[in-house]
Amino acid sequence: MTAETVLFFIVAACAIASAVLMVMQRNPVMSAIFLIGNFFTIAFLYLILQAQLLAVLQIVVYTGAIMVLVVFVIMLLNLGDEKKLTERFDIKKVLGVILVFGFLLEMLYLFGISEETRVYAGLNPKAVAVGTVESMGKAMFSTYLFPFEITGLLLLASIVGAVVLAKRRL
Amino acid sequence: MSISFQDVIATGPITVVSIVALVVLIVETIRDKTELLTCWISITGLVLAMIVAFTSIENTGTAYSGMVNTGGYANFFAVVFCIAGLLSTMLSKSYIQKENIEHGEYYFLLLLAVVGMMLMAAAADLIIFFLGLELMSVTFYVMAGFVRKRQASNEAALKYFLLGAFATGFLLYGIALLYGSTGTTNIESIISRADILPPNTTFLIGLGLLLIGLAFKVAAVPFHMWVPDVYEGSPTTVSGFMSTGGKAAAFSALLLIFAPKLVNLVGPIQEVLAVLSALSMIVGNVIAISQTSIKRMLAYSSIAHAGYLLTGVVAANASGTKGILFYLIAYTVMNIGAFGVLSTFESKDRQNLTFDDYAGLSSKKPVLAGLMALFMFSLSGIPPFAGFFGKYYVFVGAVEAGYTWLAIVGVLMSVVSVYYYLRLVVLMYFKEQAVISEPTVSSLGLTALVISGVAVVELGIFPSTVLNIIANFF
Repeated sequence: MTAETVLFFIVAACAIASAVLMVMQRNPVMSAIFLIGNFFTIAFLYLILQAQLLAVLQIVVYTGAIMVLVVFVIMLLNLGDEKKLTERFDIKKVLGVILVFGFLLEMLYLFGISEETRVYAGLNPKAVAVGTVESMGKAMFSTYLFPFEITGLLLLASIVGAVVLAKRRL
Repeated sequence: MSISFQDVIATGPITVVSIVALVVLIVETIRDKTELLTCWISITGLVLAMIVAFTSIENTGTAYSGMVNTGGYANFFAVVFCIAGLLSTMLSKSYIQKENIEHGEYYFLLLLAVVGMMLMAAAADLIIFFLGLELMSVTFYVMAGFVRKRQASNEAALKYFLLGAFATGFLLYGIALLYGSTGTTNIESIISRADILPPNTTFLIGLGLLLIGLAFKVAAVPFHMWVPDVYEGSPTTVSGFMSTGGKAAAFSALLLIFAPKLVNLVGPIQEVLAVLSALSMIVGNVIAISQTSIKRMLAYSSIAHAGYLLTGVVAANASGTKGILFYLIAYTVMNIGAFGVLSTFESKDRQNLTFDDYAGLSSKKPVLAGLMALFMFSLSGIPPFAGFFGKYYVFVGAVEAGYTWLAIVGVLMSVVSVYYYLRLVVLMYFKEQAVISEPTVSSLGLTALVISGVAVVELGIFPSTVLNIIANFF
């Protein structure tokens, strides 16, 4: 067992633990905090896979932007009395649990047991190259330079639009 | 690698309009009460872009490492979008004054919408197509809700935004699947890949999802639900701009992706397009009959026109594509004209928009009534006006391609449409009532209306002026 594998198992355990803890919380704010922890551990997993850009984007987009939205919603909904939420037995929940375990078994079979699909001969160097910030930047500022510039115009239009629609006095 | 000067020049119209839009925004921020100035900057910029597009129409090629096409088809559509933008700007001036929404941002958004449309028509890559579409849609969402104090306008903006975002989801998923099945986002490579390999399921699903997104934008049945409410609630000049420029842009992209070659290669797509086309013609025309508001009638008529235009896409031959291009330029002038006349009579609390309000108009306002009658004749496709030749060519294309039934449906539905278009003319000329309030029409707006009127007649009598230019594209 290499150090990398050990690290992977530790991080994966943290990811699972934070995910489970997030679902089990009664307080939505505590849930949100565990969700952040989950996002971070997943970003760590991407780093182990040498996908640096993906790891950074995961932190910027999910822990940054998405979490702000989640916190906003919690704040706006004013969820005060969480004690009222009582668990009831429900056919939908049973179906959900069956689906989750079915999916888990399928994944285990596909990636762990089946000989046909278990092609796990290390990382493809091409795939590694795509995941780096360097290759992404090169593509963005050469072939895809024009779309990149147009995205600027699109963002400007959205900002102006938001101001026009929402500002009290123009 | 950086942006080369040649690329900037080659995509002249896009460059000019983008720069003018930014200038408008800067002028708007540094000074107060700049509405008149920004309006004239926009008009100058659009005229300039039109001249640039027209003069460089021969220089066909690609720019920005094969991302956009230049010249020919792209520049033809750039001219169409500039005309739509120009007429809308000229008509908007007095309308937005009347509605108390005269802000420089209006012109900024309008110019950026034109940029988005140009990108859609010039796209050589699905990424550019998508960005152009989004740029256009985002500005349209805002322009639809520009009358911020009016509930109908807010409703129009929100409805358009939610449904539009939903349609964008389909479209993007379609692009992703096409990329997955062909390994490229270059439109030409995708089409030629379909030629080499028989299209697999992923490819077909991708095309189907892309078609849903585009059918939403061109307002084809059954993706038309948003049209009546959005066109009715939006500021009238914006409705005119959305229904012409937006439709022309969506069709320009539709013709690029669902090019005749691809439609002929992939049989199911042709069938699906034929059904969409027939449904749009039938639903649009039949529902338009029972409308009391002219604005709503024009919204349903816009659905019907999407059906006629789709006939040309189904045909997938030279007459069909030629017909679409001609039809789009004709539709642009006549529909902006019709919405323009509406915008002059509309009073502040959205009055004077029903058929009955226009009774006996001819005796009171002969010029405006005459122009409105002209646009109505052209919309119903009566020769010698521009609308006739557009319909003629798309139907000829459909017959040539063996879709005679579709052409028959189209002709029958055109007959139905005569009823509601001419009802307005009959009311204006043969009824004595004349209670409509004084129109607010600036000299700028009247100029735009007269230009549209002259263009409708000119294109109808001398269609070859445009047809000769179009003939070189395919």
